[in-house]
Amino acid sequence: MRAVITVIGKDMVGILAGVSNICVERKVNIIEVTQSIMQDMFAMIMMVDISGSDVPFATLRDDLTKFGEKNALSVHIMHEDIFNSMHRV
Amino acid sequence: MLNTQDILETIHMIQDENLDIRTITMGISLLDCADSDIDKACDKIYDKICRYAGNLVKTGEDIEAEYGIPIINKRISVTPVAMVAAACPDKNPVKFAHALDRAAKQVGVNFLGGYSALVHKGFGPGDYALIESIPQALAETERVCSSVNVGSTKAGINMDAVAKMGHIVRQCAEMTADNNCFGAAKLVIFCNAPEDNPFMAGAFHGVGEPDCVVNVGVSGPGVVRSALAKAPDANITEVADIVKRTAFKITRMGQLVAQEASHRLCVPFGIVDLSLAPTPAVGDSVAHILEEMGLESCGAHGTTACLALLNDAVKKGGVMASSHVGGLSGAFIPVSEDAGMIDAARCGALSLTKLEAMTAVCSVGLDMIAVPGDTPAEIISAILADEAAIGMVNSKTTAIRLIPAIGKQQGEEMEFGGLFGSSPIMDVNRYSPAKFISRGGRIPAPLQSLKN
Repeated sequence: MRAVITVIGKDMVGILAGVSNICVERKVNIIEVTQSIMQDMFAMIMMVDISGSDVPFATLRDDLTKFGEKNALSVHIMHEDIFNSMHRV
Repeated sequence: MLNTQDILETIHMIQDENLDIRTITMGISLLDCADSDIDKACDKIYDKICRYAGNLVKTGEDIEAEYGIPIINKRISVTPVAMVAAACPDKNPVKFAHALDRAAKQVGVNFLGGYSALVHKGFGPGDYALIESIPQALAETERVCSSVNVGSTKAGINMDAVAKMGHIVRQCAEMTADNNCFGAAKLVIFCNAPEDNPFMAGAFHGVGEPDCVVNVGVSGPGVVRSALAKAPDANITEVADIVKRTAFKITRMGQLVAQEASHRLCVPFGIVDLSLAPTPAVGDSVAHILEEMGLESCGAHGTTACLALLNDAVKKGGVMASSHVGGLSGAFIPVSEDAGMIDAARCGALSLTKLEAMTAVCSVGLDMIAVPGDTPAEIISAILADEAAIGMVNSKTTAIRLIPAIGKQQGEEMEFGGLFGSSPIMDVNRYSPAKFISRGGRIPAPLQSLKN
């Protein structure tokens, strides 16, 4: 199953590394990353494959949320199908 | 790769604009639970609900976690209990309400609808006893909701039932007077009740439905409002287009969740109900959408036109997004559950007469409205008759959910709490309809041609 991780917040050193680390430690494969910085605001979108993940989805979500809280970032992970169904006819 | 803008839009809708799936409702047929021994029938009902809906709440929570979309309520609707109760005519049907309440608590749903009777053309066996027992059933149980259908476009309006229901609404409020008259908030009286409505308190599982089915109700008034806020100078054609596009997106999410829930529960997918269901939370109000269209306050002249546009555009946008649409589908206007409606009623901009006009174009009717505690039963019946007439003539669902605020007067407030919100007590017209209501009989079904 593929999921989308979004990270939004104030730009700082180590955001991409931090999120990537969480993914690697849990055997989550990163497929694609886009990021942009608009007036100090950092927005990163990461497409990941979690079929090989060794933790349940809920644990992965909680770990990402914790990382977000620690760094004052808004971090979400959602099933890819939500976006596909909403934005593609 | 998905478009960045699209992804951020979805996240924004959920995080900041209160987009959610309002309810996953499992409809369960109880027709095979009828038994001349009421205790046996109750056991069968309890067992069947626990067997079918045992995983409902967990499945809802799993989907919520995995897809990252809030699913606020997991609920159950059942066959109108009057049909099951007809097999044991001399017993008090309240036992069924207790069995349903126990089952609801066991499986963990917050409401279960279907303590209902369909009497639009007359009372069948079981109907009268069930209606008489509604106040006791709603006072003694916590999660059971009740509804009665008193009219339809094809059958006309059963005025005997209308007269009876005025008293029942009052009794529901009186028996729960120490609990904010909450009994009355769990009772909906319909004309043209839909058989696949997933929303409480009026949900029941119609007789034309399969044994078990999953229906989903979406929500998202906040999303529509903020989409309109981005186009302050749009003309009305463009406004309708924005609402359609937004409703499409909201409904796609409902369709996805409905299909996933249906698949995981191994239960057929019924319908998606395309409703804009408000909550008292800031930013989740249908009234604020109407105000965004350019009204100083909901209730101003022009409100009915704005609501008609909104209701129609929501349906047009949603219909293409889902394979099966049903239920109540449209914009809800429950006064106590909508922050904008509460404010409009408090400042006097929104009156009961304007709300009645709005119900001619919205999805349901006079919903969650507190009226003075001394409102006589015949006035409640007459309000119901008016609402039913609007639904009957316009071939649409209408309903009332009025709460007589026992011991309180116009200008005071009722506090229900949670999703039910709070409501100022609204005044009713005190001229008496008693003679009209006491006549009984039926209003004949209306002509379906010569529409003027």
